Amino acid sequence: MNRSLQRHLNILDFALSSLWRRKGKNLALLAVYTLIIFIIASIVFFTQALKREADLVLQDAPDLVVQRMVAGRHDPIPVSYGTGIAAIRGVSEVTPRFWGYYYDPVTGANFTLVASDDQELKPEAISIGSGVARTSRISIGDFLPLKDIKGSPVLFSVQKIFPSSSELVAADLIQLRQEDFQRLFDFPAGRATDLAVSAGNPAELETIAAKIVHDFPDTRPILKSEMIRTYDSVFDWRSGMVLVVLAVAVLSFIIFAWDKATGLSAEEKKEIGILKSIGWETTDVLLLKSWEGIVISLSAFLFGVSLGYLHVFFFSASLFEHALKGWSVLYPEFKLTPVIDPYLICLLFLLSVGPYVAATVVPSWLAATVDPDAAMRS
Amino acid sequence: MIEVIEVSKSFNVGKVNQFDAVSRVSCRIAPGELTILKGPSGSGKTTLMTLIGCMARPSSGRIVLSGIGAGSLFGQQPDAEIEITSLPERFLTGIRRSAFGFIFQQFNLVRGISVLENVMLPAYPTGVNHKVLRERALTLLETFNIARHASSQVGLLSGGEMQRVAIARALINDPSVIIADEPTAHLDSRLSREFMALIEGFKSAGKTVLIASHDPIVFDSPLADQVIEMRDGALIDGSRP
Ligand SMILES: Nc1ncnc2c1ncn2[C@@H]1O[C@H](COP(=O)(O)OP(=O)(O)OP(=O)(O)O)[C@@H](O)[C@H]1O
Ligand SMILES: [Mg+2]
Repeated sequence: MNRSLQRHLNILDFALSSLWRRKGKNLALLAVYTLIIFIIASIVFFTQALKREADLVLQDAPDLVVQRMVAGRHDPIPVSYGTGIAAIRGVSEVTPRFWGYYYDPVTGANFTLVASDDQELKPEAISIGSGVARTSRISIGDFLPLKDIKGSPVLFSVQKIFPSSSELVAADLIQLRQEDFQRLFDFPAGRATDLAVSAGNPAELETIAAKIVHDFPDTRPILKSEMIRTYDSVFDWRSGMVLVVLAVAVLSFIIFAWDKATGLSAEEKKEIGILKSIGWETTDVLLLKSWEGIVISLSAFLFGVSLGYLHVFFFSASLFEHALKGWSVLYPEFKLTPVIDPYLICLLFLLSVGPYVAATVVPSWLAATVDPDAAMRS
Repeated sequence: MIEVIEVSKSFNVGKVNQFDAVSRVSCRIAPGELTILKGPSGSGKTTLMTLIGCMARPSSGRIVLSGIGAGSLFGQQPDAEIEITSLPERFLTGIRRSAFGFIFQQFNLVRGISVLENVMLPAYPTGVNHKVLRERALTLLETFNIARHASSQVGLLSGGEMQRVAIARALINDPSVIIADEPTAHLDSRLSREFMALIEGFKSAGKTVLIASHDPIVFDSPLADQVIEMRDGALIDGSRP
């Protein structure tokens, strides 16, 4: 075998046995570092997954939504406005939408009820998202009681459960026929929740929006592009990165400081002297210390990232779900779809392994530049 | 052959506490011979040995090594003459590792790892196959009768055993010169005699041995080919018995 490779293997071998020799200190270091990387990885996975969910929500959203405002509040919009809006130049289609929220006191969850124009959906039947199915423990053929406006329950039979690529989008969704929706909520006739407007040329959307406000002063048009901007500022990729970089930097520094504080013990210093006196070069000692640092930080990285992955995608980020999504308390249980951004993982890797290895190597470097004859006089 | 020519070593040069530990020492150490460095404490024995063993550089004078197999490090004949005084540190380390085996007064074993690993340690950076190295270390441990302690931790050994581990470690890279500093300082007279018996073994294996000692068992030994006496950093007398 190649000599320089064998040199690495020999020194790695000794690095492992050195680490094991000080297992108390090293396991403690490993545990703390793993915990830190676990937290950061969880945040990265979680925000990435949420961002993806949000992207999916927006993908299906209409280009332009028109709401009616009464006294500054969202109010059902007369369907007749649709005719006027459809007449605006550039508008290709206007669709009234019926949707709302339903609080289910049994499960304590909020569902989103949407009137569907699906012709296959039977009267008093619903299609539900997987989150609803899970929260209410129902499956196809079962009945879900929903209370109408007077408080008397109406039984809906589950006709379909959405298979979904995005849990968040469909998780709390219940689709029902428009008549059922209007009857359940005693929704005013001739009104819709809002109007979805599409344009032949998306570039004209802003002009159309302006025209709508002009023609119907009691409405508020909401552009998809504006929503995207809002979402982006929430999940801003760059601000997320800054957070990650900062967090890692600060935490590595804490570790570094802690490691420094516990310091290179007199025994470790003496050992470096012995190695030098028996023919190790300074670079050999540095290689040994780098291996020690790499073994610890790489294991911490792998454990931390794997645990973070499990935590976010298998345990629904249970540790800080509530902190990160304020509304989740009233939301059906859901599982995030795994997303991994290789760029962020690489960044996390560099930032967790790099500073740590430097922190282990630098003090040893100082100790390793002693003259080899120092060991003759210990 | 090791030739020491007018070698001096001063510490803290240019400061008020400048100290000349070795001054203008010249001597020759012939291959395969046992040379004893003798003298009172502080006379400069250890310092001279660190200079010969490429651990430190003399302040002035020259040291020339020949016939110790270090030439191959420089792309020359293995036994070529090498003037070590002017070499950069990297080469000094290379020579030290391949040509010299050190037995330290305090043994300088690494605590917490096994006897076997201690013996293998000097050879790790040379890139010898781990298995081969292990075999070699075990053979050495057998030679010195401590194979049964191979997996013990060094901290638990007795003084004599520790020294034998230190000797095995000094031999792991198969050096042609063995340097021992006060090897019998921690041994009783029986163990000291046993140590001299080991030295006899080295001599018959053709190794050059240099020992610093003020123990009569060592310097009065019939094995000694040359006894060099030092005082205050200078040679008193180079004599062959
Ligand atoms: N790094 C140093 N700085 C200053 N003085 C030193 C240094 N190393 C050695 N000395 C001095 O050099 C002198 C010679 O030391 P050395 O260790 O060579 O003596 P020695 O003959 O080996 O003594 P001993 O028999 O006690 O081991 C001593 O007085 C010592 O204090
Ligand atoms: Mg000495």
